[in-house]
Amino acid sequence: MAGQEQQQPQPRDSEVEEEVAAPPAPAEGQASASTQGVDDLLDEIDGVLESNAEEFVRAFVQKGGQ
Amino acid sequence: MRVMGSETEYGIHAPSAPGANATMMSARVVQAYAQVTRLRAAGGAETRWDYTDEEPLHDARGWTLERGQAHPSQLTDQPPVLDAEAVALAYGRDELELDGEDESGSLLMNMVLGNGARLYVDHAHPEYSSPEVTNPAAAVAWDAAGDLVALSAVRRLAGDAELPAVNLYKNNTDNKSVSYGSHENYLMPRAVPFGDIVRGLTPFFVTRQIICGSGRVGIGQDSSRPGYQISQRADFFEAEVGLETTIRRPIINTRDEPHATADKYRRLHVIIGDANLSQASNYLKFGTTAMVLSLIEAGLAPKIEVHEPVAALQAVSHDTSLTAKIRLLDGRRVTALDVQWMYHEAAAKLAQDTGVADAVDGDGHTHAVLDRWAATLTQLDSDRTAAATSVEWLAKLSILEGYRQRDGLDWADARLGLVDLQWADIRPEKGLYYRLLARGRMQRIVNDADIAAAVTEPPSDTRAYFRGRCVSSFSKDVVGASWDSVIFDVPGYGRLQRVPTREPLRGTKALTGALFARHREAGAFLAELLGSAPAPPPA
Repeated sequence: MAGQEQQQPQPRDSEVEEEVAAPPAPAEGQASASTQGVDDLLDEIDGVLESNAEEFVRAFVQKGGQ
Repeated sequence: MRVMGSETEYGIHAPSAPGANATMMSARVVQAYAQVTRLRAAGGAETRWDYTDEEPLHDARGWTLERGQAHPSQLTDQPPVLDAEAVALAYGRDELELDGEDESGSLLMNMVLGNGARLYVDHAHPEYSSPEVTNPAAAVAWDAAGDLVALSAVRRLAGDAELPAVNLYKNNTDNKSVSYGSHENYLMPRAVPFGDIVRGLTPFFVTRQIICGSGRVGIGQDSSRPGYQISQRADFFEAEVGLETTIRRPIINTRDEPHATADKYRRLHVIIGDANLSQASNYLKFGTTAMVLSLIEAGLAPKIEVHEPVAALQAVSHDTSLTAKIRLLDGRRVTALDVQWMYHEAAAKLAQDTGVADAVDGDGHTHAVLDRWAATLTQLDSDRTAAATSVEWLAKLSILEGYRQRDGLDWADARLGLVDLQWADIRPEKGLYYRLLARGRMQRIVNDADIAAAVTEPPSDTRAYFRGRCVSSFSKDVVGASWDSVIFDVPGYGRLQRVPTREPLRGTKALTGALFARHREAGAFLAELLGSAPAPPPA
C-alpha cells in the first residue's frame, strides 16, 4: 500500500509545520478593485446578518456527520 | 467525461428551538419536501429507498470490515432507526404528533426524487445525493438543484405555524469540532489498481483545495486558533487511506460500494472536498478530479509523492498566501500551485494525445475544464481580485477582509464567524454567497433556468433518467428505488417487480425515452420493458 511506502522517516519531520508557523497572511489586493463597491456590499450585508452574532454563532451546534 | 455525482449534508439549525433533536429536524426537512412533491404530482412523488445493494463495509483494498468492528455510523445499509415508537420513547408523544406522519403512518426518512436524486436523513443531517451525470457542468446544475430542493423544504417549514423554522447551511463544520461531509463519486473501471489511485490522487487532493476550498474562519477542529484557512474540511482529516468517513477521516476513502456491476466498475468515494456554493469552484472540483482519474487510468499521473500528506494538507489550508512549500519524497520543495500545475500539464498532454479536448471531435468539456483550471491557477498567482469572482475561499475572504478593514475586527470577532456561517445559508435573501451572486460578483457556470429545471428533470444521459422518470411518471406504482434498482408494485403481477439498473450509462433518454412516451400506465410500461406480460423479475 502506498500508505506504507510513504512512511520512510525523513531527516526533518517538522519542516512542514515550520513553514506555516506564520499566521495566515491577508490576501493582498483582493477586493480592492472597487472600494465603493465593497462599501455598498458591506452595507447590504449589515442589513441581512443575523442579529446578535455571538449568540447566533454559539448556538449553531451540529451533531457529527460524514 | 465520466459518470459522477455529489452528496451534500446540510448543516441544520432551528434558531427558535436551539435544543431540538437534529435527526428529528432533518426528518422534518425530508417530510416537508415530500409534501411539496405531493402537491406537484398527484398521487405522490415520494419513493422509498431500497437498501438491498448497500455495502458500506466493503473495502476497496480487498476485504470487508466485520459488522462488529464497524463504528455504528458506518452501517449505512440499514434504514435509520427512527420509527414512530422510538421517537415517542425518546421525545414524548407530543413531539411525535407535532412532526406529522406520512400516509402510511411512519416518518419519511428517505426519498427518491423525480430528478433521480436521493433526499434522506444521514445521521443528524438532511442529505441530498445528486443523480448520476456525465460532466462537471451537469454536476454543478444537479448539485445546485439540491440547494433548491433544500430551500423549498425550508420555505415550507417556515410557513408551518406549528413547527419551528429551520435554517440549512451548505457548509462542513460548526466550528466547534464537528464536521459533516460533501462527497463526490466517480465511476472507474475496476481494473485500475487501488494503489495507483492512492498514489495518483493524494498529491492532487492535498493541493486541490486552492481552487475549490470554501474557506473557513478559525484554525483547528475546534476553531480555537483565530485566523482564516482555505478549506472547511482539512483540519478534520487524520489518516491517509481508510474506510471510515465519520472518524479518523482519510484523504483517500476506500468504501467499495459500486452501485453498479461490481466486476466492471468501482465507485470512487471522495470525502475530502468542501461543499461549494461557488459554481466555478464546484465545476473545477469535479472537472479536474475526473481528469486526474483519467491520468491515473492511463498510468500518466505525475510521479510525485508528498511527505506526510495529512500535515501537508493542513499546511496548505492554513496558508492563504499560497507561498508555503510542501516537501515531496524526492526532496523537492514545492508550493500547492506548483503541484496543481504539474497535474494540469499532465492532463493537458493526455487530452491532446487522446483528442478529448479537440474543439470539434472532443468530448465538449475537457477543453473548457483545462482552460478554466489554467486561468484560475494563473489568477491565484497574479490577480486575486479576478480569482475572487470564482474561487470560493477568496470570495468569502473578500467580505471578511472588508469587515476587518472597515470595522477593525480581529479574527476572533464573532461577526466574522457569523459571516462565515451565513455565507452558506441557502436562502438567497440571507445567504451571503447569494448576495454576491445577485450583484454579479460571482461567475456562473449554469443559468438559473437550468438549475430550476434540474429540480424536477433527471439528466438525460445516465440511468438516473430511468429512475427519475419512473418516480415522476408512475409514483403510485413505484414502491422503492436505489442507485441500481427500481421496484414496482403493479396490479396483475403476483409479486414486486425489481428492475435492476446496474449499468450507469443505460436507462438513458435515448434508450428509454420513447418507452416512457408510449405508456401512461405502469403495467403496460413494465410489460414492454420486461418483454412479456406479468413474468418473474429479471435476474
